[in-house]
Amino acid sequence: MTDTSRRDALKCLGVGAGTLFTLSGGVFSAFDMAEAAPADMGTPLFLQISDTHIGFNKEANPDVMGTLNRTIDAVNAMPHAPAFALHTGDVTHLSKASEFDTASQLLSRLKVGELHVVPGEHDVTDGPGAEFFARFGKASNNRGYYSFDSQGVHFVALVNVMNFKANGLGALGEDQLGWLKDDLSGRSASQPIVVFAHMPLWTIYEPWGWGTGEGEQIAALLRRFGSVTVLNGHIHQIVQKVEGNILFHTARSTAFPQPQAGDGPGPGPLVVPPAQLPGMLGVTMAVAGSKRRLSLNDTTLA
Amino acid sequence: MNSKLFAFVLLTISAAGLHSAAASDVSVIIKNFDYSPMDLNIAAGTTVVWKNLDGEPHTIASTDGMFRSPALDQNDSYSFTFNRPGVFKYICSIHPKMKATITVK
Repeated sequence: MTDTSRRDALKCLGVGAGTLFTLSGGVFSAFDMAEAAPADMGTPLFLQISDTHIGFNKEANPDVMGTLNRTIDAVNAMPHAPAFALHTGDVTHLSKASEFDTASQLLSRLKVGELHVVPGEHDVTDGPGAEFFARFGKASNNRGYYSFDSQGVHFVALVNVMNFKANGLGALGEDQLGWLKDDLSGRSASQPIVVFAHMPLWTIYEPWGWGTGEGEQIAALLRRFGSVTVLNGHIHQIVQKVEGNILFHTARSTAFPQPQAGDGPGPGPLVVPPAQLPGMLGVTMAVAGSKRRLSLNDTTLA
Repeated sequence: MNSKLFAFVLLTISAAGLHSAAASDVSVIIKNFDYSPMDLNIAAGTTVVWKNLDGEPHTIASTDGMFRSPALDQNDSYSFTFNRPGVFKYICSIHPKMKATITVK
C-alpha cells in the first residue's frame, strides 16, 4: 500500500465489520475489511483479548460472561487457531477472587496454546494485586512485566497500572523502565517488536488518564526498530496512531463500550441500545501472512 | 392500604432510627468521577461514609496508606473512622485523577 492509500484506509477505522492491518515495509497499514478483504489472510499469529470485566453486571451489559463466551466461540470457530492469546487487562471488574475464578474458567475454553496476561487497574484494586498475581504472576516471577519470543517476533508485557502518579496517567516506574531498556538493548532493529500493556502507552486523553506518563521515554526506546506494534486496552474502543515505525492500537472490550474521549463526565460504561452492543465488542487477531507480512484484524460480535 | 401505610410507618421509624444511630457520621458521595465534598473538615472521632453512585467502580485510597477501600461497585459504601488529627489526602486507585482531602481537627 502507498502512504496515501494507508492514510485513506486509516480513516475507515472503527467502522464496518473489522479492520485489517498489514505489515509492509516495517509499518503497519490498515484498511477496512468490509471493503478490502484480502485473498491471502495467512495464518493467525496471536489473539488480543481485552477488558473482559468479569463481575460487571450493570445496564451497559448485564451478561459479560455471555459476551465473553460468544467471543471465545467465534475465535474457536476460526479455521486456524492462533498460537497464543494476549489479554491486555481488566480481566475482572472488582479484583474479586470469585471473578478471577470465573474468568480463568471461561478463558480456559480458548483454543490457544498459551495465554499471556497483563493486569488492568480493575485487577489490582487491592494494591499489590494478590489475586491477579496468584493466577498470572508465574510468567514474570511476580513482577508483571516480562518478554518472550515467538515466530521471530519479540513480545514485551508491561504493567502501567500499579504506579499511578499524581497526574492520573499510567506509569511503569523506574525499575520497569530500566528493565525495558535492558530487554531491548542489543536486539536487532530488524526484529519485529510487539509491546502490550493495559493503559495506552501514548496519551490519548490526559483528563481521563488515558495515557502513560513515561510514554515518550518508552517510544524513544522503540524508535530504532523497523516494526513496532503497541497493543493496549483500557478505553474499550479502537483508537490508533502511527508514529514512524510504531503502530499504537487499542482493542475493543468484550464486556461494554466506553464513551469517546471527553464525551461525558468520565470513562464509565457506555449504555447503548442492545442491538448496537455486539458491534462495539470484540477482539483483535494478528495474522502472519506470507513474506513477513503481519496483520491485525479487529472483529466484533456483530 | 392499611398494610401499605403500616409499612410506610415502619420504614419511617427505621429510617429515623438509622439516622440517629449515624448522626455523627459524615457522608461523601462519589458521583460523576468526583468525591463530594472534595474538601472535608471533621472532628477527631468522626466516621466518614463514602457511597459510590457511579456505574463505574471507585476506591478510596489514602496516599499515605492509612486507609484503603476495596473496589466499590455502584451503591456500595465504605467507612473509616478518623481518630487522630491531620490532613489526609486520598485518591481513587482505579481513576487516580479523582482526588480529595479530609482534614481532621
